[in-house]
Amino acid sequence: MADYKALEDLVIQVRRDILRQVHKVNSGHPGGSLGCAEFFVALYNELMERNDDFTMDGKNEDLFFLSNGHISPVFYSVLARSGYFPVEELNTFRLLNSRLQGHPTTHEGLPGIRIASGSLGQGISASIGAALTKKLNKDTHLVYTLCGDGELQEGQNWEAIMYAAGNKVDNLIVSVDLNGQQIDGSTDHVLPMGNVKAKFEAFGWDVMDIEKGNDLKAIISGMKKAKEKTGNGKPVCVLLHTVMGNGVDFMMHTHAWHGKAPNDQQLEDALSQNPVTLGDY
Amino acid sequence: MKKYTDTGKKDTRSGFGDGLTELGKKNKDVVALCADLTGSLKMDEFKENHPERFFQVGIAEANMIGMAAGMTIGGKIPFTGTFANFSTGRVYDQIRQSVAYSGKNVKICASHAGLTLGEDGATHQILEDIGLMKMLPGMTVINTCDYNQTKAATIAIADFEGPVYLRFGRPKVANFTPADQNFQIGKAVQLQEGTDVTIVATGHLVWEALEAAKTLNENGVTADVINIHTIKPLDAEAIIKSVKKTGCVVTAEEHNFLGGLGESVARLLSTQHPAPQEFIATQDTFGESGTPEQLMDKYGLNAAAIVNAVTKVTARK
Ligand SMILES: Cc1ncc(C[n+]2csc(CCOP(=O)(O)OP(=O)(O)O)c2C)c(N)n1
Ligand SMILES: [Mg+2]
Repeated sequence: MADYKALEDLVIQVRRDILRQVHKVNSGHPGGSLGCAEFFVALYNELMERNDDFTMDGKNEDLFFLSNGHISPVFYSVLARSGYFPVEELNTFRLLNSRLQGHPTTHEGLPGIRIASGSLGQGISASIGAALTKKLNKDTHLVYTLCGDGELQEGQNWEAIMYAAGNKVDNLIVSVDLNGQQIDGSTDHVLPMGNVKAKFEAFGWDVMDIEKGNDLKAIISGMKKAKEKTGNGKPVCVLLHTVMGNGVDFMMHTHAWHGKAPNDQQLEDALSQNPVTLGDY
Repeated sequence: MKKYTDTGKKDTRSGFGDGLTELGKKNKDVVALCADLTGSLKMDEFKENHPERFFQVGIAEANMIGMAAGMTIGGKIPFTGTFANFSTGRVYDQIRQSVAYSGKNVKICASHAGLTLGEDGATHQILEDIGLMKMLPGMTVINTCDYNQTKAATIAIADFEGPVYLRFGRPKVANFTPADQNFQIGKAVQLQEGTDVTIVATGHLVWEALEAAKTLNENGVTADVINIHTIKPLDAEAIIKSVKKTGCVVTAEEHNFLGGLGESVARLLSTQHPAPQEFIATQDTFGESGTPEQLMDKYGLNAAAIVNAVTKVTARK
């Protein structure tokens, strides 16, 4: 049984990390990052089977790929707080000569990252490749992926989605950050995507919803169900219903904070809504 | 020396946006397409003025290019807008087959080009786009240097029949070319007259070239400074004429030295008037996160680097 108090504390600390990273360099993407804080905390602490040492090949452990690379602040925070690199390094986010590039990359050798992302729509393909290699290697571990909902407008996703079902890539769980927002507005406003669930199902995926995508318990139990669905001849899709900007009242339910950093006053306000738990970096 | 005054820093992408707004009013055939970056591309005003001529395609650049190609059939003049990386590398074959090979009148307008995109880092900082685009037969390639020139170029390319790649940037930079300039595709602009070296610059490096020329002048070295806003077709006449006089050249661009303006100039000179050349460009590397100034400094793309290159190249004469 998970220690929910500890996980909740971690979520709050991760929110602080996200806000402080983007504030310092006045750039980066807080909205999507905040909306996925609970998911990342659950994934790295309760769901993935991970080895202690990071290796690129990640043999005999679960892998995670972030396709919507712009939410790097939440990824970096959770990686650091899971021991992949020193928490203090969050101080270097988006600075010159940093390993914490604007979008995650292998180029500077940051532990925890296995492929560059940032140009949208490429993560599911890479995940399928990694999942196929696991099968070839007789490695029974899983591949997890997160992608954005707006990101699904990229056609490459649907090439990948078709491939994975047609070729029974059933050691793969793709979660979609279904926050209904992207840069220019709501997804319905920018490019209506219709019924995403029906689309994945029509392509042959096993699809489930996590309606409370910002609730740790719901995420953990939902993702455990998703795990049980693997190995049955179908790739698994989890529609994670999240709120963009979650945990900071003035950032919630809007695309306005997709890629905008808070100013000093806004940072103070946002942090006061999320008092220190584990200690700032 | 001619004096150039910065009339106030402005971003070149706003030049594109304002040019597009003006075009919207005067040319009913101009249509605009954008892939979820309307604000970044400064296309909001066009969108508000002409909702029926603005097409939000979502995050789907390949579809955008294909749609734009199709819209030319029947006489529309499509302007597509997204970051330079997603305008080129992301959609290369769509541009190659549906636009360039098919000879379609599409204007591919690309912002956030090069290192000065800044903190987003290498995934978004394309330094290969000039090369990609100039290699396509029939493609006109333009990289403007300031707000005024970008606005003028945006308006000018609507009257030009054929595919165009228009490259501009994100940060606010010196605005020094005339607001009422007559933008002529393929025509170099001579900014300074000198006898010791030719500096051929494009995009954000043009202002740096002017700054370099000032420093050089103080040290008794005079430079021809040429603004090459059109990389293809290259103004061979202007470059050869200048290099015949000065005997050496420094090229300057916010792009990889492979495939960029420098290579075009080298190809021209090697066949028609061989001369020593130095390249101010990135050295076959990806970019990284940082502020635009930090990055231009680290990767050697500024006035100081141009001055050093001039010292080197004049010694090789
Ligand atoms: C190929 C590509 N096109 C455009 C962009 C610019 N861009 C970055 S994030 C984004 C919106 C993504 O929407 P979504 O996946 O819903 O993420 P959210 O805004 O919810 O975080 C866009 C258009 C990009 N990074 N890559
Ligand atoms: Mg979204």
